[in-house]
Amino acid sequence: MENAWYTISVYSENNVGLLNRISGIFLKRHINIESLNVSKSEIDNVSKFTIVVFTTSKWVQNIIGQIEKQIEVIKVFSHTDEETIYQESALFKVASNLLFDERQIQNIIKDSNAQIVTVSREFFVISKSGRRSEVDALYEELKPFGIMQFVRSGRIAVSKSEMQISSLLHNFQS
Amino acid sequence: MEKQLHISGAEAIIHCLLAEGVDLIYGYPGGAIMPVYDELYKFQDRLTHILTRHEQGATHAAQGYARVSGKVGVAIATSGPGATNLVTGLADAQIDSTPMICITGQVGRHLLGTDAFQETDIIGISTPVTKWNYQITKASEIPEVLAKAFYIAKSGRPGPVLIDITKNAQFDMLDFHYQPCHHIRSYKPVPTASESSLKAAAQLINTAKKPFIVFGQGVILSEAETIFKAFVEKTGIPAAWTILGLSALETEHPLNVGMVGMHGNYGPNMLTNECDVLIAVGMRFDDRVTGNLATYAKQAKVIHLDIDPAEIDKNVKTTVAVLGDAKASLSALLPLLEARTHTSWLSEFKVYDRQEYEAVIEGDLYPTKPGLTMGEVIKILNQKTANKAVIVTDVGQHQMIACRYAKFTQTKSNITSGGLGTMGFALPAAIGAKMGAPEREVVAIIGDGGYQMTIQELGTIFQNNTAVKILVLNNGHLGMVRQWQELFFESRYASTIMSNPDFVRIAAAYDIEAARVSERSTLDAAIEEMIAHKGPYFLEVCVENEHNVFPMIPTGASVSEIRLK
Repeated sequence: MENAWYTISVYSENNVGLLNRISGIFLKRHINIESLNVSKSEIDNVSKFTIVVFTTSKWVQNIIGQIEKQIEVIKVFSHTDEETIYQESALFKVASNLLFDERQIQNIIKDSNAQIVTVSREFFVISKSGRRSEVDALYEELKPFGIMQFVRSGRIAVSKSEMQISSLLHNFQS
Repeated sequence: MEKQLHISGAEAIIHCLLAEGVDLIYGYPGGAIMPVYDELYKFQDRLTHILTRHEQGATHAAQGYARVSGKVGVAIATSGPGATNLVTGLADAQIDSTPMICITGQVGRHLLGTDAFQETDIIGISTPVTKWNYQITKASEIPEVLAKAFYIAKSGRPGPVLIDITKNAQFDMLDFHYQPCHHIRSYKPVPTASESSLKAAAQLINTAKKPFIVFGQGVILSEAETIFKAFVEKTGIPAAWTILGLSALETEHPLNVGMVGMHGNYGPNMLTNECDVLIAVGMRFDDRVTGNLATYAKQAKVIHLDIDPAEIDKNVKTTVAVLGDAKASLSALLPLLEARTHTSWLSEFKVYDRQEYEAVIEGDLYPTKPGLTMGEVIKILNQKTANKAVIVTDVGQHQMIACRYAKFTQTKSNITSGGLGTMGFALPAAIGAKMGAPEREVVAIIGDGGYQMTIQELGTIFQNNTAVKILVLNNGHLGMVRQWQELFFESRYASTIMSNPDFVRIAAAYDIEAARVSERSTLDAAIEEMIAHKGPYFLEVCVENEHNVFPMIPTGASVSEIRLK
């Protein structure tokens, strides 16, 4: 079976220790988490984990079953890249003098649809959201000039199809 | 329970246990759990605490208690090493779906994360081996969290829950009000079988030519024994068991065709690869049952009845999944099934039975050579207990032999460590089993290796005069590992030869009646004396040192490649 990228979305209660419990399920199966993002979801008091893995569909089904079994997990979904709208965010910290000495940088920023978040005497910060490949491309372009700091977020994703959490919670309640 | 009490957290814990109907717990005291022990002292007329000699023993005793009674077993321990000593029992209960609650003391809230004396992150450590765990840091959380713990441990697919309680939460006061938990919004313990899955399953069963049932502990956990038997009898389908399913259907039932898996019976294993419909009831297709999955029942349509959706298609691809509690699913399925018989199919099992009898069983049960076999010991034990005993086994050759040859007429009678294969399980589990079913004969069958892993629990038996019968089958080896070394490592017996102490004198030192037998001529009388004895009794049987357990499916082989020698 072929490996592919899967985005696993976990809706859960917001409890201490749940991250450990969920990450342990990947650990037990020796599957690396490529990206992880935890945030609030569209429902009050419900958290959402967005986990990206590169594995087979069989393992994704196994993992979903195990995660869903956890007491505080409400529902788990998995999607392939084609089934989601997804992005990552990145910040680049670059020396300020380059902005003036290397005119090209301004073009790079414009062409990549990145934004300058702040400029100070010593450095400026570029923010870029988009697909991993777009962030990587900007990284490669800026690298020759020297990047003082770089950070990229985990993937955030929404599915093209509906994830019926509200109705599910409603059913659980009754 | 409208009565309002203003009490300490420690006292609240006792009230929670009492409210859940707990009257017996196992444990070991220590610094961080002392407030609870102080309350146990005050409540000793209503809640018995059994002091084991090691925290691991407390967990296995709680498991034995739970498995024999169907109730939740409870074990308590202090923080740090007390808590880490629970881990083996938690892992065992997790993989064998045993309802158990472990309560651990923890350093005070203000000391968490300071590497305080006997501080350990037991929540982190126990997470992968618990159904749920939670750290209580405020006294006011105790009633609600313990109510949840009991609900989670016993509902759906049962499992172990660990509750870690900081010392300040045990000392602090709260207004106590207990309300049992029946609902957690994110937790759906029992799925309901869909109408369509039941119909599809019934259709397959009604038209099958060579149907075959494999049943597991799900039948026992859902107390579905009666309806299961009706299902087997109405459909006339041969039924085989996993070792955790053993005793759910009486051994001598004409449709009970024996044990599946690595050391199971010849027919059920061979015919797994001949059946046209495989009906799995409350079992999880463990690798010790299936052998090589690539060649497991590939010709069959598979119907899988299970309470845990994560088990469906996990190892074996199902044709029809019937989700739900086994009792409910079987009750819904039964009216849809036609009364049938499968005489010629059943006779295929008999053909293999005869081959197995001649190649293996006859020699095991009626040996002609001088050395005692484990099989003949079990055969005599069956006779002396009229097939009515609770048999608690450890792990290894004796366990497989006991499962193969022990006969059962009552459910919840075979207590063993299945999934985890925990050596040292049997002695403490037998203590729990005896306390959970005091009216029943409880016999712990243990190898000389596993016995020494938890031998200190003789102290618990001594102190409580627990009337368990301890039957050690001593072959002077770690027999199952030795067998593998003989078969797969050219008889290089690396660290499997045991120099054993005088077990009879050890038992005698605990004031336990003890005997040793190594001759066939005295075996029958020795077992009879053990069973006739009223209190605890220790019997060592010196058996053949290098006997192998057969049949055997070598690791990675197919069920139909099972070897008779």
